[in-house]
Amino acid sequence: MAILSQTEAQDILKKVLSFSTADECEATLNGTIGGNVRSARNTISTAGAVDNVSLAVQSRFGKRSGVATCNEFDEATLRRCVQRAEEIAKLAPESPEYVPLMGPQKYLSSPASFAKRTADITPDYRAQQIGASMALCDAKKLSSAAFFNDSNSFIAKRNSKGLEAYQQLTNLDFTITVRTPDGLGSGYAIANYTDLAKFDAARLTRVAAEKAASSVKAKAIEPGKYTVILEPAAAVEMLSNMMRSMDSRNADEGRSFLSKKGGGNKKGEKMFDERVTIYSDPTHPEVPDLTFAGDGRPQQKVTWIEKGVVKNLYTSQFWAQKSNSPDIPPPSGWIMEGGTQSTADLIKGTAKGILVTRLWYIRAVDPQTLLYTGLTRDGTFYIENGQIKFPVKNFRFNESPVIMLNNLEAVGKAVRLGGNLVPPLKIRDFTFTSLSDAV
Amino acid sequence: MASRNCARAALSFHLRFVPIFTNPPVLFPNLYNPLKRRDFVGLTGLAAGTLFLPNFPSFGGTPVDPSRLLEPGVDAAMKKRLADAGLNAAKAAGATYADVRIGRYLNQSIFTREKQVQNIASGESYGAGVRVLANGTWGFAATNSVTEAGIAKAAQLAVQIAKANAKVQKEKVVLAPQKGFGDVTWKTPIQLNAFEVPVAQKVELLLAANAKATDNGASFVNSSLFQINEQKYFASTDGSYIDQDVHRIWPTFSVTAIDRASGKFRTRDALSAPMGMGYEYLTPKAADKIAGAAGTGLIGYRNSYDILEDAALAGKQAKQKLTAKSVTAGKYDLVLDPNHLGLTIHESVGHPLELDRVLGYEANYAGTSFATLEWKAKKIPFGSKLVNIVADKLQPGSLGAVGYDDEGVKTKQWDLIKEGTLVDYQKTRDQAHIVGQNESDGCCYADSWDSVQFQRMPNVSLQPGTAKMSVDDMIKGVDKGIYIAGRGSYSIDQQRYNFQFGGQVFYAIEKGKITEMLEDVAYQANTQDFWNSCSAICDQSDYRLFGSFFDGKGQPSQVSAVSHGSATTRFNGVNVINTARKIG
Repeated sequence: MAILSQTEAQDILKKVLSFSTADECEATLNGTIGGNVRSARNTISTAGAVDNVSLAVQSRFGKRSGVATCNEFDEATLRRCVQRAEEIAKLAPESPEYVPLMGPQKYLSSPASFAKRTADITPDYRAQQIGASMALCDAKKLSSAAFFNDSNSFIAKRNSKGLEAYQQLTNLDFTITVRTPDGLGSGYAIANYTDLAKFDAARLTRVAAEKAASSVKAKAIEPGKYTVILEPAAAVEMLSNMMRSMDSRNADEGRSFLSKKGGGNKKGEKMFDERVTIYSDPTHPEVPDLTFAGDGRPQQKVTWIEKGVVKNLYTSQFWAQKSNSPDIPPPSGWIMEGGTQSTADLIKGTAKGILVTRLWYIRAVDPQTLLYTGLTRDGTFYIENGQIKFPVKNFRFNESPVIMLNNLEAVGKAVRLGGNLVPPLKIRDFTFTSLSDAV
Repeated sequence: MASRNCARAALSFHLRFVPIFTNPPVLFPNLYNPLKRRDFVGLTGLAAGTLFLPNFPSFGGTPVDPSRLLEPGVDAAMKKRLADAGLNAAKAAGATYADVRIGRYLNQSIFTREKQVQNIASGESYGAGVRVLANGTWGFAATNSVTEAGIAKAAQLAVQIAKANAKVQKEKVVLAPQKGFGDVTWKTPIQLNAFEVPVAQKVELLLAANAKATDNGASFVNSSLFQINEQKYFASTDGSYIDQDVHRIWPTFSVTAIDRASGKFRTRDALSAPMGMGYEYLTPKAADKIAGAAGTGLIGYRNSYDILEDAALAGKQAKQKLTAKSVTAGKYDLVLDPNHLGLTIHESVGHPLELDRVLGYEANYAGTSFATLEWKAKKIPFGSKLVNIVADKLQPGSLGAVGYDDEGVKTKQWDLIKEGTLVDYQKTRDQAHIVGQNESDGCCYADSWDSVQFQRMPNVSLQPGTAKMSVDDMIKGVDKGIYIAGRGSYSIDQQRYNFQFGGQVFYAIEKGKITEMLEDVAYQANTQDFWNSCSAICDQSDYRLFGSFFDGKGQPSQVSAVSHGSATTRFNGVNVINTARKIG
């Protein structure tokens, strides 16, 4: 029941709209079937399943709006849900940022966002994958903790102005942390796909296990500025934080790293190394995504940064109209254009540097400069003459993605992570401010 | 179409946490969580926001009219009958232990900016979760069909899951004994249920606070009010039928000052604390105000909060921060206000003493702990002799206060650190035996009926000094130091050694006096070095609670609310860095 076809979903939504007495009405149906399994200390700790469909109805009277939801779809329940949304709307204050609902939209097609193999995952399959991963670690006398989570979802939208949208998506995430029994070594691997066909638990477990074994007896080296190779898992969050800060209203209001001295924003300015190009594309075969935003705006291919120049900022509909700027919704994932070199190739080309597997507990320190702090974790290694020489103790860093993307030495081949395409990055003068004893 | 049973080891993520403030009010280990990307709450939520950056956090549940939040739930006799159906079904299916939690979770959030309301959301979530032990293994299932048949079906599913998992389980679960309490009740001792206060009155207060901030120099201000009521019924095969009514409230704001000419901006967040109280927290009382260090204008708030006064000061301070002196990096003696120190206690003491982390159960996400059982046995000083830290689920007004935890254990207070030495951890029933104890500490909590209960942090508080000492007395003895108030940037490693904290306001202390405001301050330390450098603690009259509404843990992630009490405390020779950078 959780996954409705386009026709089934739109039939329910049409019925919902037919009950509306409001000035405007929008109905959204979404459903997810999925499951997860978690392990720690090489044994399964918890497992669970999700099976849910829900309907949200937004009714509007003038500039007042109300939302109600339900998860049963018989006629009486639907009617009550619409009534409740209308009652709540009538009591709500007027929104000074009211924007009328949109009429019919043209959306791109992104059929690759659904993979049948992922939708067909069973609890047995999850247990087998985690089980195989645990067995691999048992054999090597290592301890693993892992999480496997998959989902098959749909979303359908329809409003009283004629907008109509539907899409189905699948997703799977896997993370694993492998530790040595003495607690002196720790390794990590992560994967995220739309299509199960690309998933290989054994390969990921081996990567994490190798990192765990080779990170034992880490040497302490002085904190300071180092050339680093950030693996995609280390680069992703810093870059995502920056992408999440590209809101035009904050910039125009003077409270963003994109605010301009004296007013306005930095659109059109070159802020990064010219090898930096970041865009989003919901039809990209490797990171297929929703082709419409939560409010129904179409998701198109958008270039955010091109050859180091800020090309676009995203905005709410209200702010786009008020500031007379392009109406672009924030993307859900982003793609950084990469090169051809793998992380291993980047290591080969490095005279002296530090390989970072992953960054952890990243927090904003100064929104003015996008300065973040956090720590390395689960595999940090010293590189000399193109080779990994020895594991080093973890560092705390204080660094800004804006500074990182100016101190760029090399960009490797992008891989998928968290719905983004993220290349490994080689960066000079990355700022480590202290050492951590954590493993 | 019938409603479905959802079998979940833990919940789908129904709290959408968002950086509406400079530093999001969430203590999640990682703000960016790749596993949460396909969360559709943003699409159906009140904000009608987007997947990428929804506008407002929501506590989930079904959106309801505010008046619904005052309607009574099902009566206790009915809940007992429903729960018994689940317990009996579980036993019949082969469970050796079972508990049923019937939960009605109510919430309301109000968001404003400057002169306008941005969002008002009232929500209700109702359902039941059944946890069972079968073949020595846990199983859990939840249902929103709160009928005898619905709960019985969830119980059978939970037993099925337990038996399936038992096949790959290596160690059987051992539960500490727990006597049944029969029919008992507990209620947060509130004076005024926040849901009884008209929404218009609450909006008016927030808008008045916004006006105070802008009148005093703020360019922008966002304010919000979160209100929670958990109506929880717990029943177990031990013979407990526990009915609890738990209330929490959190007023907060973030003020921004901007200097257009230089392009500089600075923020100052509220110095309120989320509390286990009713709306009475928002009626300021003179007796609850504690003066901060002389020369700063700061005021600490104990059991009531003056949002208008704090917003006015925040407007002034945000503006002052634009031109404050940038700190010179180096070693300083730190004088830390309780509204700041609470978060340092949370991260560097609260988390490393969670027994599940110590044992490795959180290795893949939140991490493990330096304070292992072997480390404890060595009796290495965690802190100086002045450091006494207690855990409790009792303090009136605290977020952790309840009568019983989510597995039917009566709550208590116990020592974690005594005169600088680690003496105990935080435990649940299935962990007590691991450290040779035969009772739980009452640390079990689930954030919803559809998430499984597990070990969560109780209140963890630093005891005040026994000798009389005010903040000004403390500052008199400091030659070169920094006074820090408010919760700023925070980050700590996965074993809780190395941390870095910022704050909201910073003042230089020179030769026993506050001299001027500082900016770009963060301190970095090692947990043990830091607590061993603790050299003075103000007395009881300065003691108050800090709190967090959103402490994150587990996969899928759950939140919990927790308080941390302390008095202003001095730490000697801590490393301070300057966080100013130049871009573009």
